[in-house]
Amino acid sequence: MNAQFWLIQSFNGISYGALLFLLASGLTLIFGVMRIVNLAHGAYFLLGGYVALSVIATTGSWVLAVPVAALLVAMVGLVMERVFLRPLGFDPLRQVLLTVGFAFLFQQAALDIWGGDSLDIIPPDMLRGSTVIGGFHLPVYRIFMIGMAGVLGSILWLVMEKTRAGAMIRAAVDDSEMARGVGIDTSRVSMFIFALGAFLAALGGVIGGGFLGIYPGLDFEILPVAFAVVIIGGMGSLTGAAVGSLIVGLADNFGKALFPEVSYFTLYAPMVLILAVRPTGLFGRE
Amino acid sequence: MNPRGKILTVLVVLLALAVVTPFASSYLILLITQALVLGILAMSLDILLGFTGLPSLGQAAYLGMGAYLTAILATHYDFGLGWSFWVAIMLGILIGAATAALFGLFAIRATGVYFLMITLALGMCVWGLAYRWNSMTGGDNGINLPARPEFGIRLADDVTYFYVVLGFFVASLVMLYILVKSPFGRSLVGIRERELRMRILGYNTWLHKYIAFIIAGGFGGLAGVLWAHLSGHVSPQDVILATSVDALLMVVLGGPATLVGGAIGAGVVVFLRDYLSTVVPWWQYVLGGVYVLTILYLPGGLMGIPERIRRRRALSGSPAETKKLESASN
Amino acid sequence: MLHRLKGRLAWKLATGCLALAMGVSQTSTAAEELRIGFVAPLTGGFAQVGKDMSNGFQMYLDEVGGNFAGAKVKFIVEDTEAKPPVAVRKAEKLVLQDKVHMLVGGLLASTGYALAPVSTRLKMLYIPSVPAADDLTQRDSAKYPYVIRTGWTSSQPSHPFGEWACEQGYKRIVTIAADFAFGYEVVGGFQKAFESCGGKIIQKIWPPLGTKDFGPFIPTLKKDADAIFTLMAGPMSLQFPKQLADAGIKKPVIGGGTSYDEFTLPSMGDEVIGHVSALHYSAALDTPKNAAFVKKYREKYGKVPSYYSEANYTTAQMIHEVLKKTKGKWPGTQKFIEMLSKLQLDAVRGPVRLDEMKNPVQNIYIKKIEKKKMFGYEKEELWNAVIKTYPNVSQFWKYGKTEFLKQPVYSRDFPPCKYCE
Repeated sequence: MNAQFWLIQSFNGISYGALLFLLASGLTLIFGVMRIVNLAHGAYFLLGGYVALSVIATTGSWVLAVPVAALLVAMVGLVMERVFLRPLGFDPLRQVLLTVGFAFLFQQAALDIWGGDSLDIIPPDMLRGSTVIGGFHLPVYRIFMIGMAGVLGSILWLVMEKTRAGAMIRAAVDDSEMARGVGIDTSRVSMFIFALGAFLAALGGVIGGGFLGIYPGLDFEILPVAFAVVIIGGMGSLTGAAVGSLIVGLADNFGKALFPEVSYFTLYAPMVLILAVRPTGLFGRE
Repeated sequence: MNPRGKILTVLVVLLALAVVTPFASSYLILLITQALVLGILAMSLDILLGFTGLPSLGQAAYLGMGAYLTAILATHYDFGLGWSFWVAIMLGILIGAATAALFGLFAIRATGVYFLMITLALGMCVWGLAYRWNSMTGGDNGINLPARPEFGIRLADDVTYFYVVLGFFVASLVMLYILVKSPFGRSLVGIRERELRMRILGYNTWLHKYIAFIIAGGFGGLAGVLWAHLSGHVSPQDVILATSVDALLMVVLGGPATLVGGAIGAGVVVFLRDYLSTVVPWWQYVLGGVYVLTILYLPGGLMGIPERIRRRRALSGSPAETKKLESASN
Repeated sequence: MLHRLKGRLAWKLATGCLALAMGVSQTSTAAEELRIGFVAPLTGGFAQVGKDMSNGFQMYLDEVGGNFAGAKVKFIVEDTEAKPPVAVRKAEKLVLQDKVHMLVGGLLASTGYALAPVSTRLKMLYIPSVPAADDLTQRDSAKYPYVIRTGWTSSQPSHPFGEWACEQGYKRIVTIAADFAFGYEVVGGFQKAFESCGGKIIQKIWPPLGTKDFGPFIPTLKKDADAIFTLMAGPMSLQFPKQLADAGIKKPVIGGGTSYDEFTLPSMGDEVIGHVSALHYSAALDTPKNAAFVKKYREKYGKVPSYYSEANYTTAQMIHEVLKKTKGKWPGTQKFIEMLSKLQLDAVRGPVRLDEMKNPVQNIYIKKIEKKKMFGYEKEELWNAVIKTYPNVSQFWKYGKTEFLKQPVYSRDFPPCKYCE
């Protein structure tokens, strides 16, 4: 295996990881603040893709579809949190179970609205095809995915570290009781975080849709992968999500390229091992 | 209702089922048999989720192990198709328990949502194994079993098989009931409520949970054996995440920590999936909706409905009635 | 949607009967009704294909007014979700509840394998119109006496294709195919034939079924191969050529027929022009029968028919032909199988007859993707233009039945990769 092989594979792995980061960052934040494992997260991803398709179908603009889809799904998340999750109080188990129920409902609704066919999100011409950099053919879309993830990751980091709102969120993640004691409205933080998580997942869906396609069943296919990232990186940690997505993206890529026979395990076995040793993941908190 | 009343009700229902089913249409008989097999799986999950407070999203793994073992024995070794069927049952239970024993070593350290995650991952590993190990499992093609076993009675006859499955269901129910009523079972509930306190009191909570996990695995394996013979076909699609989620749904719908709740939930889900789905296309909404409503308003599941009605009546009744109710439900 | 409606209607009848009392099982209706149970994935990743399947069948029904030589056809369609356990459940429902005379359809080989034992268990005729699993009509055929296939076997087109590849002068080929039985059988057949005439398969790659991201695999393709043989199914067919082109790979690409079948061709771009594949059907087949079929299908359903549509259209036609001989009366399962096996038909795909293992003997078309106008359509579009026809190809090719059955079924490791580097 020459250097070219390693470089290309690393590039591919990183681009896949970029996509996973979009999905996993929302999941990990939701867990960090609310201690809920949102099993409807895959559905948000899928809905994002579908809504984008509708926007593109009506307006013909992919650029418009991206934020619109993300915002619409964020609102769905908001409603779900407010109306359904909040009344359950602090009962993570029941809340998790509730998200499962919603995952089913979303899946069925998506089937009814957009049909059962496999669809493709066609990005604008500018993002298609590949460029040649240093002798390598690099698909432009992958570069775009890495770019998006990088930009979003930076924005999230800035907000978390440098703004008051971020501080409140971090406080709520660290110790929600204390945070409440200090006067932080944790319920509002929860609401915002859930909406943000849905927003990011939907964004992932729009961007990922041009890469994976959009079809029924994608939600439950992508969910375990997102979990693998969050578990490896650590629940509740944004850094963990970044590191985790990189690890999973690279492991998945190299695993398939070098050991295709066991590629189904290269994802889940490390997950089990890490959880066995450190139940909270690499960067997670209790 | 006092415990004796409950037992009586269950017995009556089971008896009714045993008597009436053979007269139903052949498709309905198959559906009821399917509900009973999945009921065993759901009950095994209830031990973990309802009684011990461990939400497992990987019970399908044990069903899979039991099912695949049965299929492999039947096709590669021509075993389990006569009187050896009973041995195959034992082996199915053993492999379910053994797998759980292995998995439990990883899983029991975790609690709550971490436990959920790790059981999910372990379940996916079994799926991956079923998919990849082509020579053993036939990969995505799965394994086709020969006709159902025959030992004096022909299990190939759907009604006969129904009775056999019903027998196993009743046996499982009885065994699990004895388990939960035993001191061991009670300590599981104690762990569910206040694990720290149990530990302080000197209980080895890890061991308790581990044993419960193994028992649940064993019953999952049993369900697997019965499942394999029901469809005559085992494939990786039997052990996907959705099956484990289904089991979860069944327990929550029926009512956690009631044992029979799992079976009732199984009946509801099977009815919705395989019966209603052929009548109306929006059956998933019904399933999802019922599920969501149950979580929101019926934490005790469907089994909890009589209790709630009683509570509501008591609340609008005399203080003496309320007192009697409170002491009875403890 | 018509079949959905018919299905609902049929079901309402059944429900009514059931509602009366649990003990009342549905009585069979008049002898002149032919109930056909059809299973296909209507939801999930293969939904589009499933729709093509039922549309193909339905179109034939509409052409004959739902009437097979006097028998009124009740066409009941159920969704398998492309999952074998669901397929089994739905098949049981069709047989036990709807009391169908036959089961038709299924898509993936795994569905075919799951339904075959159901047909034996319930003594029900099963016609896999699409599932191409080799062994259903080969080494396992004795186990499934009620199965009679009107489609193809996975390796059937691959054998002549291997010979064709030798004729093109290819000497070293890498294969990249979806990691499941269908992939193994298509590649296996190709490898056997290609290596028998002097070719070498130097590398075999198996991306998991459902892979969308071929990033890990494309860079590992050996650079000194003469050509790339690919077999993709479902959504994979769309993504692979795109990513291959994006990676700057310019080698000749040949592949299994499903990789470029018409169900996905309209969504493909210019990157697939020049790709060659082999199958027993192409929508670009330039015969009057096919031209009429394509035009009518396209007008009715808005897209060019795929081989999935043709498979079921022809199956319906074959059932009709048998019913013509019995003057519309259902002759019983055994007799029907006998009669169907003796049928010879000039179908849309060309001449078809069944061999003694109840699998079709038919033409295999080597097709190349070209951008052109066909059948009088105005626009230039991508078509699978037929460049060579191998007539009378059976599932055993030139090897003879006994010889062929001696070797194990094509799998990941058979034929072994002798020349792999």
